[in-house]
Amino acid sequence: MITAERKPMEELIAYLRPFRRILLLGCNECVTVCAAGGRKEVGLLSSALQMRFAKEGKPIEIEEITLERQCDPEYVEELVSRIDQADAVMSMACGCGIQEVARRFQDKPVFPAVNTTFMGASERQGVWAERCQGCGNCVLGVTAGVCPIARCSKQLLNGPCGGSTKGKCEVDPDIDCAWQLIWDRLKALGMTEQYEENIPAKDWRTGRGGGPRKIVREDLA
Amino acid sequence: MMKTESILEKILAAGHLAVTSECGPPRGALPDKVREKAEMLRGSVDGINVTDNQTAMVRMSSLAACIIIRQMGLNPILQMVSRDRNRLAMQSDIIGAYSFGIDTMLCLSGDHPRFGDHPMAANVHDIDSVQMLDMVRTMRDEGKFQGGDKLDGPPKMFIGAAANPFADPFELRVARLAKKVNAGVDFIQTQCIYNLDKFELWMQGVRDRGLDEKVAIMAGITPMKSVGMARYMKNKVPGMDVPDELIKRMAGVPKEKQAEEGIKICVESIQRLKEVKGVRGFHIMAIEWEQKVPEIMERAGLLPRPQV
Repeated sequence: MITAERKPMEELIAYLRPFRRILLLGCNECVTVCAAGGRKEVGLLSSALQMRFAKEGKPIEIEEITLERQCDPEYVEELVSRIDQADAVMSMACGCGIQEVARRFQDKPVFPAVNTTFMGASERQGVWAERCQGCGNCVLGVTAGVCPIARCSKQLLNGPCGGSTKGKCEVDPDIDCAWQLIWDRLKALGMTEQYEENIPAKDWRTGRGGGPRKIVREDLA
Repeated sequence: MMKTESILEKILAAGHLAVTSECGPPRGALPDKVREKAEMLRGSVDGINVTDNQTAMVRMSSLAACIIIRQMGLNPILQMVSRDRNRLAMQSDIIGAYSFGIDTMLCLSGDHPRFGDHPMAANVHDIDSVQMLDMVRTMRDEGKFQGGDKLDGPPKMFIGAAANPFADPFELRVARLAKKVNAGVDFIQTQCIYNLDKFELWMQGVRDRGLDEKVAIMAGITPMKSVGMARYMKNKVPGMDVPDELIKRMAGVPKEKQAEEGIKICVESIQRLKEVKGVRGFHIMAIEWEQKVPEIMERAGLLPRPQV
């Protein structure tokens, strides 16, 4: 999923200070799962903002709407009847959702309430960790199902570096060394000889190196 | 047949124990600092590594400092890390270096910016150190850029890499060397060796696979100035293995004699490592202590340097 974290309150206040009527948008997808911008977080933020502005003697009106999927124009269209009642929109969706709202409503200021962080998985309750950087040409088939691009601090395709210590990365003892994980999996699979097949320099054109990317499926388009 | 004009290659090919040392460029436009450090090493070593923004701190570029050293009639070794440059920048610098007579280089991934003075900087890591070796070898032997185009005037670089026998997991450290051999490495400079038993165990693995026949392994040596430095290396430097006995030995002598004890340990290590089959030379990393290198070389019986 795409993970996100709420921005600091002061930054949100600064964005909203010039406006009186706010449309606060949540999204029912990834940001709900990672507890950053679902219906519940929309409610909490809405109360906090209203209290804060009331205290400043400058009360604001907030309408709360949580869309099924904010990165999808079909659902964003549901805002058409509500948008005119707002001076500005604050979105708690990931960057994709925020931009979709901004694209649809050209003359409406739209502000992010979260920092979109990474594509990751849940490690345990309340903990998410990065797993994928969307390089566009998946290497997991030759790295025993552990991605060194997303999970090695130096992005080494032929690691580990000399800083791997007791399974941890030199950058932070909270980070697992991706190459230790790869090696452990290769051993468990009885495939350690695969380690010695050098992975060639990556063609980054399938990633950000080729500029902003687009998928066009002729069969669906 | 020689691949390059590198003095280091010639020394190794003639069967001598080779010696390199290193020189960290200054953190400012101070060319005389480079000259001063390099001058201390004249006559004592066969090549001088010039670090590339080591510990991720901005310094005079390795290329510029290499040129200064080359112009002194010495043999610089260009260090290059994959952290700061993409493959375009690397290749242009390699051609540039070779155009100034710099014919030996070391391919590294580099310390993470987290440890340096620009922790906010973006990492490049377009290619890794193994891929860098392959790129330089292709430029030299096939006269081709990494992208495939033909290259006029190929840089005839003698190509080095690092190896750390002490990092984890230990069991894949020989295999990792094999990857570098496959990529075309000519010589290896190892991480500082303090745990000689473990190093010898790694070398056994290296010989078992015949890798010592394919790459010249230079043992990394760093003299310790004090017990404080020994403890720091043990506890703070990732991938460093400093045995407790060594700390005890350093702590067992009065403070003013610790530097001498450090030199003694270093000379003893060299003597022992000379006997290890497959060790083809030494890389002395006397960090901000370059002036001690001639003495270490002398006491280790490595002077005078052979003329080739």
